[in-house]
Amino acid sequence: MSEWLENHLPKVVLAPSFIAVLIFVYGFIGWTAWVSLTRSKLLPKYEIHGFIQYERLFDSPRWDTAINNLYIFGALFIVIAMVLGLLLAILLDQKIRVEGAIRTIYLYPMALSMIVTGTAWKWILNPGLGIESMVQGWGFPNFEFDWLVNPDYAIYTIVLAAIWQSSGFVMALFLAGLRSVDGEIIKAAQVDGIPTWRIYTAIIIPSMAPIFLSAFIVLAHLAIKSFDLVIALTGGGPGYATDLPATYMYAMAFSRGDIGQAASSAMIMMLVVFAIVVPYLYSELRAKND
Amino acid sequence: MAPILDINKLYKNYGPVEILKDINISIEPGDFLVLVGPSGCGKSTLLNCIAGLEEITDGTLAIGGKDMTHVSPKDRDIAMVFQSYALYPTMSVAKNITFGMKVRGVDQATMDAKLRDVASLLQIEPLLHRRPSQLSGGQRQRVAMGRALVRDPKLFLFDEPLSNLDAKLRVEMRTEIKKLHQTLDASIVYVTHDQIEAMTLATKIVVLKGGIVQQIGTPAEIYNNPANLFVADFMGSPAMNLIPAQASNNGSGTQISIARESGETLVLNDARNLSLPQDVILGLRPEDIAEAGFRAGAGVQEAECMVDMVEPAGADTYVVSELGGKQVTARLHAETSAQAGKTLNLAFDMSKVSYFAKETGERLN
Amino acid sequence: MTDLSMPQTQTRSQSNTSKIALRWLLYILLGLFALYYLMPLFVMLTTSLKSLEEIRTGSLISLPREVSFDAWKTAWSGACTGIQCEGLRPYFWNSVLIAVPAVFLSTLIGALNGYVVAQWRFKGANIIFSLMLFGCFIPFQVVLLPMARLLGMMGIAGTIPGLIFVHVIYGLGFTTLFFRNYYVTIPAELTKAARVDGAGFMRIFWSIFLPLSLPIIVVTVIWQFTQIWNDFLFGVSFSQAGTQPVTVALNNIVNSTTGVKEYNVDMAAAIIAGLPTLFVYVVAGKYFIRGLTAGSVKG
Repeated sequence: MSEWLENHLPKVVLAPSFIAVLIFVYGFIGWTAWVSLTRSKLLPKYEIHGFIQYERLFDSPRWDTAINNLYIFGALFIVIAMVLGLLLAILLDQKIRVEGAIRTIYLYPMALSMIVTGTAWKWILNPGLGIESMVQGWGFPNFEFDWLVNPDYAIYTIVLAAIWQSSGFVMALFLAGLRSVDGEIIKAAQVDGIPTWRIYTAIIIPSMAPIFLSAFIVLAHLAIKSFDLVIALTGGGPGYATDLPATYMYAMAFSRGDIGQAASSAMIMMLVVFAIVVPYLYSELRAKND
Repeated sequence: MAPILDINKLYKNYGPVEILKDINISIEPGDFLVLVGPSGCGKSTLLNCIAGLEEITDGTLAIGGKDMTHVSPKDRDIAMVFQSYALYPTMSVAKNITFGMKVRGVDQATMDAKLRDVASLLQIEPLLHRRPSQLSGGQRQRVAMGRALVRDPKLFLFDEPLSNLDAKLRVEMRTEIKKLHQTLDASIVYVTHDQIEAMTLATKIVVLKGGIVQQIGTPAEIYNNPANLFVADFMGSPAMNLIPAQASNNGSGTQISIARESGETLVLNDARNLSLPQDVILGLRPEDIAEAGFRAGAGVQEAECMVDMVEPAGADTYVVSELGGKQVTARLHAETSAQAGKTLNLAFDMSKVSYFAKETGERLN
Repeated sequence: MTDLSMPQTQTRSQSNTSKIALRWLLYILLGLFALYYLMPLFVMLTTSLKSLEEIRTGSLISLPREVSFDAWKTAWSGACTGIQCEGLRPYFWNSVLIAVPAVFLSTLIGALNGYVVAQWRFKGANIIFSLMLFGCFIPFQVVLLPMARLLGMMGIAGTIPGLIFVHVIYGLGFTTLFFRNYYVTIPAELTKAARVDGAGFMRIFWSIFLPLSLPIIVVTVIWQFTQIWNDFLFGVSFSQAGTQPVTVALNNIVNSTTGVKEYNVDMAAAIIAGLPTLFVYVVAGKYFIRGLTAGSVKG
């Protein structure tokens, strides 16, 4: 008996986690998928009624807004955070004296909760007392900056705050990438008399393709899951102008009592995440297992 | 006496891949068995099977007369030295050496005594309180051996223990392992890909390739009478010359014809009366080809050859010439007057020749 | 990397002054960006130290004329989250009570899992690991509804143990990943040597692997602590009045509509809620970054 246990202990140790993952990840995804095919409202029902929830979802103007916002937010957030992160990484890669301190400053927002970030930016962007009144006080009485309460622009305030929070992290990724480029290749290029900017554009940045991919995956993943920041900054408003799929799902699940809609919107979110992450993880795992 | 290690019809598969096929090895107490072969030949897997670190798929394995086929490593009465030394990084040298005894519940006094013995044997007393990271490669190697020696097992297993050392240290440690073997009269199974290590250390060599035993024998048997082309080529440096040739029996001896670059045929006579097929591969070690006049004996035959290259190597000078479409190396004395591009009279010791079948590569004589 | 700022092949046309000017430009740019990242923290801090009157009349970025800690006191023990007015304090302790056991448990289990996956490979171990890894990336919305029902069935809905449970379950993927990636770099021969020495599975973990693990334990603890402390989605979905974590309470304070809007209290509360993770970041930034990059890059 003890011999058997000793031989099988590795499996015994891993089993509870494996079972937990099977139930709480895959089982729960299955449950949500099932319920998304029913007419569940306040309570889940289990008779399948086809894709009516998805039809309702795509007919809903609020979901339409959420998806549009995800496009705008996702595209701007990913592109700007990557460009800014790369720029900062290259600037910091020039043998800066106080590099450690500057890096610490650029990256600290990542340690904060999105709720804290949202609260801070909500105050800064407050039309009555924030940046708007500050600039007016500088002698520009006609200056207007009311994005936070303007339905057409509120989504950009979320982009602004999200970039503030995450760009330092992208910088850290890129900086690590820049530092991992083979020094001998760069020395060879310098000996050949190639100017610094060409060394970056022709040698270093192309060799960082995997880092770009990683950064993209992480940022896309963050964008799709964005929830806390919207809640703290705009609460999804004005109206539902800044709804994202995550806030839509939450509203349906916990305030509207529309479980069917919550489940179907969650499934769409998961499909989007998986469409991005699965090919990436698959290739990573394959590369690792020879 | 019962064999200390007896492997019988051992098979090892990883899924559908056969790693080891029909391995049969038996060694006596005090034997130094070397498993040698190119990387991927299965020698380390075989050692892991002997240690019990890998389950075997089929066959039996006995250590000290006891069946150990399904016994866990700790109960096999073995000790093992690893290629990376595998010293426990967070433990001092002393703790590394005594960890096994501690796990087995040996009392402190015995532990101290054994530690002292082993430390003085290996001259590592000043290192006992250091961490592995504070040791040089050679010192780590000694500690790893100390960890094995302290166990005083029936069988020692060494997995390429010298391959992480630089060339000079490797030769020193090789001598020391050999000395240890002689003083302790230990039984050892030793894995290496280095045929010189195999030759110098072993009392018995097993040559493996593709999971199949190619030949088992003493170093001299393996060197002088390789069982097939693979063994002939693998053992010895520079490698044995393997020259395609035509053989014919003229009643009293064997006549060998080798094609030359110039289009003529080099004819050599082997006094041995052998029955060979027409197409053979002739195997002759470089040291069995000498400069004419420096080698005498019944089987020696001289022939003029074109020297393509001269490679002085200190004690010897190697001369390369083309025979039968192959680069043939001869090992000459250092003061030879051979010059590239000139002809030289070479003496071939035909009594030392091995013959191999062209198709199967098996030894014919 | 090699020194790109001082190319060895300098041409004569490149005068020294233009190089110095470029250098200055570089530092000015870096400084401006530093200001951009520091500005919100600065504004939060100064606002939290101002009186409401000064906030209304003064500028966003001006220093407080009169430093007052009243807003901090209110934020800690008097601000209203909905109907209750006890400040952040009880919720801050809720977060501590959730984070400490959840971090401990998920790290311990992750260490054992990683040890198994990296050092005791058995048939199917890689598939199990891949399944766990994919679990890291699901949007949690997809498990929110069934988890709410399950917690109800288990009788721990809206409780702190319920939240601990949820955080441990969904933290396992990452903690396993961290330890697995650390332990695969340790040669398998070490485990083999210990097995020949007679040590078993747990003994090897305890005597050999755990003493080696300090760096990765620090990384994992920091990662998990930051994740759990900063969590909002699970907190808002699975808590009830009295068991809410600090992020949920902060959001409630900021959005509470009763009485006058006290911006200084909001800012003080936001800083209080952010302090623990900020502190960890400042003290152990190196490990924090290592966790971030490991959690996102390595698959």
